[in-house]
Order: sequence, then C-alpha cells, then structure tokens
Amino acid sequence: MGIRTFIEGWPVYRQLTGTDPLGRGAAAQSARSAELTARTETADSMARSVCPYCAVGCGQRVYVKDGQVTQIEGDWDSPISRGRLCPKGAASKSLVNSPLRQTKVRYRRPYATEWEDLDLDVALDMIADRVLAARDETWEDVDAEGRPLNRTLGISSLGGATLDNEENYLIKKLFTAMGALQIENQARI
Amino acid sequence: MAEAHPVGFQWVMEAKLRGTKVFHVDPRFTRTSALADTYLPIRAGTDIALLGGVVRYILENELDFREYVLAYTNAATIVSEEFVDAEDGDGIFSGFDPETGAYDQTSWQYAGQEGHSGSMDTTSERDTAAGLRHESHGAPIPGQVLRDASLQHPRCVYQILKRHYARYTPEMVERVCGIPQEKFLELARAWTENSGRERTGALVYSVGWTQHSVGVQYIRTGAIIQTLLGNMGRPGGGIMALRGHASIQGSTDIPTLFNLLPGYLPMPQHDKHRTFDEWTASIHHPGQKGFWANARAYCASLLKAYWGDAATPENDFCYGYMPRMTGDHGTYQQVLNMIDGKVKGYFLLGQNPAVGSAHGRAQRLGMANLDWLVVRDLFMIESATFWRNGPEVESGEIVPEQCRTEVFFLPAASHVEKEGTFTQTQRLLQWREKALDPPGDARSELWFFYHLGRKLREKLAGSDKPRDRALLDLAWDYPTHGPLAEPSGEAVLREINGFEVATGRPLGGFTEAKDDGSTAMGCWIYSGVYADGVNQANRRKPRHEQNWVAGEWGWAWPANRRTLYNRASADPDGRPWSERKKYIWWDEQKGEWTGYDVPDFEKTKPPSYRPEPGTSGPAGIAGDDPFVMQADGKAWLYAPSGVVDGPLPTHYEPVESPMRNPLYQQQANPARKMYPHPINSVNPSPPEGQWRVFPYVFTVSRLTEHHTAGGMSRMVRPLAELQPEMFVEVSPELAAEVGLTHLGWAHLVSGRAVIEAKVLVTDRLTPLRVEGRIIHQVWLPYHFGFEGMVTGDSANDLFGIVLDPNVLIQESKVGTCDIRPGRRPTGVALREMVEDYRRRAGIGPERHDPVVTPPDSGAPDAS
Repeated sequence: MGIRTFIEGWPVYRQLTGTDPLGRGAAAQSARSAELTARTETADSMARSVCPYCAVGCGQRVYVKDGQVTQIEGDWDSPISRGRLCPKGAASKSLVNSPLRQTKVRYRRPYATEWEDLDLDVALDMIADRVLAARDETWEDVDAEGRPLNRTLGISSLGGATLDNEENYLIKKLFTAMGALQIENQARI
Repeated sequence: MAEAHPVGFQWVMEAKLRGTKVFHVDPRFTRTSALADTYLPIRAGTDIALLGGVVRYILENELDFREYVLAYTNAATIVSEEFVDAEDGDGIFSGFDPETGAYDQTSWQYAGQEGHSGSMDTTSERDTAAGLRHESHGAPIPGQVLRDASLQHPRCVYQILKRHYARYTPEMVERVCGIPQEKFLELARAWTENSGRERTGALVYSVGWTQHSVGVQYIRTGAIIQTLLGNMGRPGGGIMALRGHASIQGSTDIPTLFNLLPGYLPMPQHDKHRTFDEWTASIHHPGQKGFWANARAYCASLLKAYWGDAATPENDFCYGYMPRMTGDHGTYQQVLNMIDGKVKGYFLLGQNPAVGSAHGRAQRLGMANLDWLVVRDLFMIESATFWRNGPEVESGEIVPEQCRTEVFFLPAASHVEKEGTFTQTQRLLQWREKALDPPGDARSELWFFYHLGRKLREKLAGSDKPRDRALLDLAWDYPTHGPLAEPSGEAVLREINGFEVATGRPLGGFTEAKDDGSTAMGCWIYSGVYADGVNQANRRKPRHEQNWVAGEWGWAWPANRRTLYNRASADPDGRPWSERKKYIWWDEQKGEWTGYDVPDFEKTKPPSYRPEPGTSGPAGIAGDDPFVMQADGKAWLYAPSGVVDGPLPTHYEPVESPMRNPLYQQQANPARKMYPHPINSVNPSPPEGQWRVFPYVFTVSRLTEHHTAGGMSRMVRPLAELQPEMFVEVSPELAAEVGLTHLGWAHLVSGRAVIEAKVLVTDRLTPLRVEGRIIHQVWLPYHFGFEGMVTGDSANDLFGIVLDPNVLIQESKVGTCDIRPGRRPTGVALREMVEDYRRRAGIGPERHDPVVTPPDSGAPDAS
C-alpha cells in the first residue's frame, strides 16, 4: 500500500477533502461497507402492506427475494406513520420468519398425550363433520312459545381483530347461516 | 400511548413542539408520563371522579363554549320531572329494580316524552350488549323536545348536570383519586383554556378506560367535557380511542360478535324481532329524525348479500333464516357454559383466551371440557396446549389421559401472505398487497372459511331439513385463484361495498341502498370503499402530495370522512369558528358545504334550513344540527336512552376495592353484569370487613415490546430478548412493608389464582394518600404465558369475571390481591393456598356479591 493510498483511505482525509464534510456518508465508508447492497435493492418484489400489531395502521413495505421475506420497512409515504415503525413493527420480519412458526396441521386425539400429523384436507373434512354433528345435537328450532330460534348454542368462536375485514365478513356470514350465534372477538375484551 | 401505540404518539410530540401541553393520567409512570408536561398518578378505577371534577370546574366557572353548547348540544333540553338523580338516591338513579339489578329508563326521558320507555328493556339490553350499536348512531328518542335557551330551567340538562357534579370538588377529587388539588386544578385550567373559537383540546384513551364495570360511563364523562368545551367535530379536538389490534375496529364494524350484524345492525332477538318488519322498525323507528330512517334498505341489502337470488321481497329476504338471540351469548357466558358441558365445539381464530381473557383458569378448564377445539394461529399458543402444558396439569386439575377435548391445530397465514383490508383506529381501511404465499399447510381465514362453507354445503346437498336451507341458499360463489385455490379478497370487498343486483355495478355509497331487493350490500357503513369499481382502500397517494387531512390515503367510513360530525367545525351560520380552526364551512356562492375533509352533512343543506315540525328522516335534521346520527341532531350531555347504567356518569368504586365509596352509600355500579357460578368469585370490598384479606390494588397493561397475550411477540426473538420475563412493579414503600427485594421473587394471590413474578422496586408506582390512608397499587404486564421463547405466569389469571353492562367488557384494569415475598407454591399446594385465602375472605357458594350495598355494619372492621 502506497503512502498516498494510505492517506486517502483515512476517513478524516476523505471528510475534509471530499463531498461529505459531516462524515456520515461516503467519508465514513470502509471498503467492505462500500461493497454492501441493501436488501431492499436486491429484492425480487416489494408489497405495500400494513403492520399487523396495534391499530395505528403504520405502512409497511415488504421485500421478498427467492420466496423469502428479506426485509420489512416503514412506508415513508404513509401520512399515518411517515415511515416509522415501533419495536414490534420493526420486528415483523422476525414474526413471519420465526423458527416457532407452525406450518403443519397438528392433531390431538381425545385423551392423547401427544400431537400427531394430519393432512389438511382430512382435517377440513373432519371439522366439517363435527360442525354438522354439533349443530344437529344442539339445534333449537323454536322457543317455548313457538317463536323461531333457528340456532345452535353448541358451537362457539373467538377471534377476528387480527384478521382482515373480508375474513370477518365470511366468518360472520357462514356462522350466521349455520345458526351459530356465539361468535366473539377481541373487541369484547 | 407512548408504550402501546408509539408511532401514533409521534403526533402528540409534534403537537407538543407546537406548544400543546400534554397531561398523562395513569396509575403508573410510563414512557408516556416521561414525555408529558404533567403526570397525574391516579387510584385505578376512579377516573369518573377526576373527570366529574373537571365538569364541575367548567360549570361552576361558566367556562363552557356557550355558543357551541347552546346550538349543538342538548344542554337546553328539559328532562321529565319524574327523573331522580343518583345524587338524591345515594348512588342509584330512579327506575332501579333491585331484583333484576337493572333500570327502567322511563323516568330518564325528556319532558313530554314520559310515555317513551327508553331504548329497550334494559335487562335484555344488558344481556345483548346493546350499547355497542351506538358506535354508529345514537339511541332512539322522539324528535320534538322542550328547550330553555336561557339554561335557567331547573330541569334543563345544563342545570341537572350542574347539580349532579356539584360535590365533585377539588377536595373530593383528592379524596377519591389521590390526586393533589393543585395538580387537579392545573389540569382543569389547561383543559378549559384550550376551548372556544380559537382553541381546542383532544382526549385520548384506551382499554384503561373500557375495561371497567363502569367503562362506558368513563368515556361518557370524557364526552361531556369535550362537548361542553366545544371540542367535537373540530380539528385538534375529539375523543380518540386507541385500539390494540390491527383490525379490531374492522371486526367491530363487520362484527365477529354475537349481538351485531355488519354496520351495527342488531342481531335479531327472539321475542322482539319475530318478523322482518319488527326487526327493521326497531332500528329505524318510524317517524324518527336522522339517517337511520333508511335502515330498512340497509337490512334488506344485507340479507340480499347473504342469500342472493333466494332473498326476495316476497319472502322478506330470507329473514326467517336468521338465528335469534334469547339473552347473553357473550364470550364469558360461553366459557361458563363450556365448564357446564353445554358447548360442543370451539374455534379460536388468532385469539389466545388462555392468557388474554380474564380468569385464565376458567378459560382453560372450559376448553378442557369440549368435544373439539379448532385453533388457527401462527404459533403453538397456550390455548392449543393447555391440555399438556397448562398450570392445571401441574395442579392436577387437568389430566391429559382424562381430558376429552379433540384439538385441531391449523397453521394460519401471516399478514404478508394474504391480501385484504385492516381498519385501523381512526376508521381508516388500508388494503395490504400479498407479498408471497403462506408456507406449508398455512392458509388464510378467507381460505379456511370459504372452503369449510363449500364442504358443509356439499355434505348437506339434497338435505330436506328446513334448518339446512340457510346454508344451501347462501350466496357462496367467490372466485378462487392460484394453486391453493385462494378466494378473491377483492370480490368479498366488492360485496361488502354493495352492488346493483341486475347489473353488478358497484354502489357509490350507502345512499344508493334500496329495500326492494335491487341492491346487495354486505356492510352499509363501508359502502363507497369500492366505488366506481376501484379499491379505494388501496389508494396510496404520498403524504407530501396532498393536504394534511390526507383524504386520498386509504378510505375511511363513512363516505371517506376523516373527522366525524365535522359540521360542528363551523358556527351555526356555517362560518368557520375562526380562521385558525377552519375545517368545513358553507360556501354561499356555490350553495354547498366545502373544506379540507368530506363534509359530514348533506352537501347542499344550507345552515338556515329548518324542517317543518314533525318531519322525519334526514329532512328532519336542521341546517345547524351537526350530530346527524342522533335522533335530535344534538350531542348528548345527558343520555335519556341508550346507556343502561344511568343517564349521567357517576363515581362507583371498582367491584374489588379496598376503599368505601366516598360519594355514595352504593359502593359499585348496581347495574354491572355479574356471573354467579361456582368457578367465579369477587373479592370482598368495604363495607365487608374481609376486604383486608386482599389489601392491595393491582392493575395491568402492555409493554412496548410485547403484544396482548404474547402470541405475536413472545414467539419473536428480538421482542422476547427485549422483555424476557414476567415481573411486578412495586413502590419502595410497599416493598419495605411486605419485605420484597428488587430482582427477587414475589407471588400475588386473589380469590381465583396465585401467580409469581420477579420484583421491580421502582418509584414509577406512587403510594396514594386517600382519606388519611395509604393505598398501594402494583402493576403487571399481561403478556406472559407458558409457551414461547420466554415464559411466565399470566396476570389475567388473577381476575374474576364481572362486566360493564353496556358492552359486556370485563373489569380487568383493577382488582385486589395480596402480595408476598418468594415464589408461589407448586402442585396441589398451589390450589390449597388459594383455598386458604378464599376461606379467610369468606368466598364460597354461600357468599353473594351484593348488587345493592348493604348498610355499613358499624363494626370496627368495616372501613
């Protein structure tokens, strides 16, 4: 390494002579950091999203490369959040990529002490059978005075506040048609 | 707010930079307190006394915004002479029935309307959480009222209010809340100084107000202040509810709730809504003023969206298919029914009641007594594993080999693995684009419910049972796409928005709804979100390219209005109250309302418009009546209908309290919703002497680094690292009294449970001097459970079940407990310890929590 290269490689020299007098950009860059590229630049795609935690509704930009979420950042266009995220929102990439994420259906038989695997379609079919059976066992056509009830109190459901409006709409519509009244969510607590 | 909604708090800091004074009221000094100008520590559960003190300060000093109050509120309206205030009834209003613990609202009505019995039968209103309906509109009352514009009539609302709060003096605020008089006066002065033509003040609250046995009345008191000061419908004003889940507002608007249908239409009741006509008339009240006159069209269009071609005017749009309520079918009643073996199956959809709901042990024992349970979540949460890892397994109450519940765990898609809308806390819908497919078996709820519905209909095909018609006739033909056959979220949003049946044209808004079957509309208040066939919730015009109201970012209900009742930002003649607070005004030349936001008023109705007496519907609302969803067009200082526990907020002690109510003989809200059941209990309060068994007050809340029951944060490495364990915050004074050491262990005992936590001794908790006594409060985060990267005991296990009567939300922001040094016992000894406390406190089958407080015994123990 020549003396000139050595001096030019010194950040203070670059700060004093270059275009970065505050030393917060090019002047402070090492050879290694100069070669780094932001994951946001190398992503295959970016989706405009919204933070899944509280109800402030901060804008998120979700970057994907090779079928993996590689970065989630605040959306600076948002008039609500102006690009900011709190510790939870900033951890959303770790939420969706968490090693504890479950990706397989799990099944626990009555009186069993362990989980077993179960095919998704089989599970859906078994659940449909159980819904119809519970409905038949507990169906109420009319009250004591013959007024319509059209319902089952044998089925309950809880949750909705973390879900989309479209999902809540289908849940309410289907349960209502099933006669299942006992639908509740986090708004009640 | 800085703790639980940090990014929203940036706007409070912006306001502070511009000179706004920030006050923070909380039992515990938090990150919000650190950034506020003034912090007021308060005894948990006494906010009505504090706010009532502010109401009195305004009225005694005549600091209300008089022009606003006279024109836009019911201050001048005269109330029936049959009304007896709680001030004259020792804490109980007229119309109370001690047998049912409910009020008859007849005597609360306006003068001349005594024949009107109020919004409904209050017992069934309480059971069905009828107060929730008023999230979009006021309660019904006849439109014509008697007024005294001089505000001098002894029975006008203004004078009733003045008498009701006369005893809420600064001295009383200090006695009840533990807030020194100087601090209270500093708050009252600042609040009232920011009122009038040039200035406004804003109020922000969260579940610290709602989770009480008098929760709705807390918010009502805030509304009285904001209305008296002219802070509603104006920029920089308002009452902001900070909600805690990404779409908890959406799941209330399009409710997964037992008592509501989309757009706050009531779920039918078996005795009152036997027919379609009875149901719709109960909503729009023929002859009544205001926008609810069109309710029949919203109802018909909803049923048309549900049952499509099968729904016709001739068959009342399949109204006969609707299930009917007979009482309380809420989540807590359901859990008690599970324990009693009445419920067969349970779906959990992204909610974790084993940790997040009050009385965790009741929740887990209920789930252990089902035929089957379906858990749909990102993670293996406590509500999926209670049968093998729960505390009841350790105590021997649940034995896996004897627990019959069949459990299906189905992995869910995350927010980036599906598309759809969230409705955030200001009623704003924002569309999320899908970034990638969900992994493995993970699916969206849209997928699960669409395909479950498809399977149910396949299995029932050919059924001739009448009960199956509702499923078979259901409009359930959503297009699907991709290898997973994911249903189209946009198609569902289009149905929510509504469309013309004959042409499929998306409707432009709810005014286009018809009651003849020619329109289908899934949620009338959301109509317009898909206007012109465009997904308006997906608008993302950058903030720098539009005005500060940012009306082209997402879409807000109703009709993209960002500030509700914004007609009130102009004076009665339609002119801005001031240049500085200009927002919506009447443009004389163009003959229309204009401004920075979408006017929340009929666009061409001039300020001078006066209806003929007796006019109903929207035409009955005058040009200077801004509160268009109220039956009289006015903001209600006094609520003659619609609030089941009284027309005015009044201070009651929390159901569990170490203090006697300083204001009344009546200790706690007499209309609260109680659940007598062997598993449920309430710790005794004065005048019962056994309150001393549980001498300390505890409260719970969130940490910035965790979310609700922890299902989305204890499973996430960076968040788990930031807040790795359960702890309890105690003051140095309490630590010395009980013998707790910083970083040592403590255990807390209630009549329901004993839990343990690491001790954090901190002056963030202030011992309060109240009535010559010291009241100690401790604070706990409620995020912890037994699964995840970091674990700990659940604070919600300590609570019993008692609810607000208007909306059936539990009192889980204040309870009483004992606290002792060291770790809790384990195994069988754990339940024995709780039983010992229960024996000493007299809790058992023979003890009933009194509805009406019995006279003080005079015994020395009765504090």
